[in-house]
Amino acid sequence: MSLLNAIETEAQPQIEAAAVRKRRRHVLDLDDFSQQEILEVLESAEGMSEVLHRDIKKVPALRGRVVVTLFYEASTRTRISFEEAGKILSADVINMSASGSSTEKGESLLNTGLTIQAMGVDIIVIRHPHSGAPYLLAQHLDRVGIINAGDGIHAHPTQALLDLYTVKEKLGRLEGLKIVIVGDVLHSRVARSNIWGFVKMGAQVILCGPSTLLPLDMLRPSGNDDQDNPLASVQVETNLDRALEGADVVMALRLQAERQNGGFLPSMREYIRRWQVTEARLSRANPDALVMHPGPMNEGIEISSTLAHGGRSVIEQQVTNGVAIRMALLYHLSAGGE
Amino acid sequence: MADRQIMNDQDIKRALARVAHEILERNRGVEDLVIVGIHTRGVHLAQRLASNLSEFEGSEVPVANLDINLYRDDVKSRMSPRIRPTRMPVDIQGKKVVLVDDVLFTGRTVRAAMDALNDFGRPQQVQLAILLDRGHRELPIRADYVGQNVPTAPDEVVRVRLIETDGIDEVAIVRAEE
Repeated sequence: MSLLNAIETEAQPQIEAAAVRKRRRHVLDLDDFSQQEILEVLESAEGMSEVLHRDIKKVPALRGRVVVTLFYEASTRTRISFEEAGKILSADVINMSASGSSTEKGESLLNTGLTIQAMGVDIIVIRHPHSGAPYLLAQHLDRVGIINAGDGIHAHPTQALLDLYTVKEKLGRLEGLKIVIVGDVLHSRVARSNIWGFVKMGAQVILCGPSTLLPLDMLRPSGNDDQDNPLASVQVETNLDRALEGADVVMALRLQAERQNGGFLPSMREYIRRWQVTEARLSRANPDALVMHPGPMNEGIEISSTLAHGGRSVIEQQVTNGVAIRMALLYHLSAGGE
Repeated sequence: MADRQIMNDQDIKRALARVAHEILERNRGVEDLVIVGIHTRGVHLAQRLASNLSEFEGSEVPVANLDINLYRDDVKSRMSPRIRPTRMPVDIQGKKVVLVDDVLFTGRTVRAAMDALNDFGRPQQVQLAILLDRGHRELPIRADYVGQNVPTAPDEVVRVRLIETDGIDEVAIVRAEE
């Protein structure tokens, strides 16, 4: 029987992949993605990117599916790119924001989710200021796929996937690369998901910033015991010049001014002097190193303007790739039935 | 239960040579011809057909790749199909397109492929070349060029292996489990 199965799955590789793994219903963070599944999403995104470059950007793949974007927090690129991704795949996309909805009348997140589910929606894309909010919906809604488009300071998996895709596209690989993430890592859901993503793909991740803004609890959940710690390979370096030595990718993070009331920084001037990513500092990195930023940028604070718009910057490429990645994920959750 | 071999490497080679000759005969040469392979194995067969054509005729024939998963009518019942990049290096507007796939079964893949082609232009003509026709059509579709016709039961699995993807050229029938 096992022999026959092996033969059959050889003839139909798609079925083989699905048989090994339970079909994915939600995208909440990258910690539950295998390296293989990440590669599949990146490969599909490459196919999607070809559609994006056509004269007529429209394919019928998700005809008849309904996607709701439920945003409790401001967003430009994530929201628009999800909407564009859905529409290119022919899904119907409905945008909902907290203001102007029943949330203002005091409806809870869970009841809003149940209401949307009752309307027969297939996928909810949610952004929420509270860490864990998408997990609440995933736990209680049984007929809707949930995609986390950013929750509090916890995770932003679709951004991390587009960052992986951009690096792989530009440098041809992920394994063995030296990735330096600079700035307010503590409050950055982008960085947290990127740490999982790059580590899973075999890259070396170095976090750099003021020690008050580094997520040491995430890296060493059980103190200094590295046994069974999947993030044991992540390094921390407060000195930016040392961190950048031989780097392949430098990712600057937005200094989240709205989250700086806790006395994390002595002064903005000191932050800029020690941790701003500049042309001069970048000379220590590899000559073909990429400069990335998840946006929105504070030019002149975490990154210098010349670098942000210079030849090594792939920041605009990140935005373009975001649409392809989100198409791949919407398709990934829709393909394959019960 | 043993597999039943339908074609070995020599059979496949001869079938592709004959199909290439038939394409030349029907189209009176390679002018305006574009060979379009359907992912995954159709792409490799298209390459082989194209090199046969240019060998017999002495001029290059453009080859394109098509991924049809975004055009399927059964996205939900297919388990996690991957999307592969479509490459359409030439304008197919007004050209004679030969679609190439390994197995013709229900015809749904070919229908999806014709929808996909339409998004790139309006070919003058679309023809279909297939390595193996196993019957059981669910749509009014037939192939113009057939490597081999093989009667099969609907629950049988036809396994096509090619050097490019599997390290061996072979077509076999595997009976599915009861």
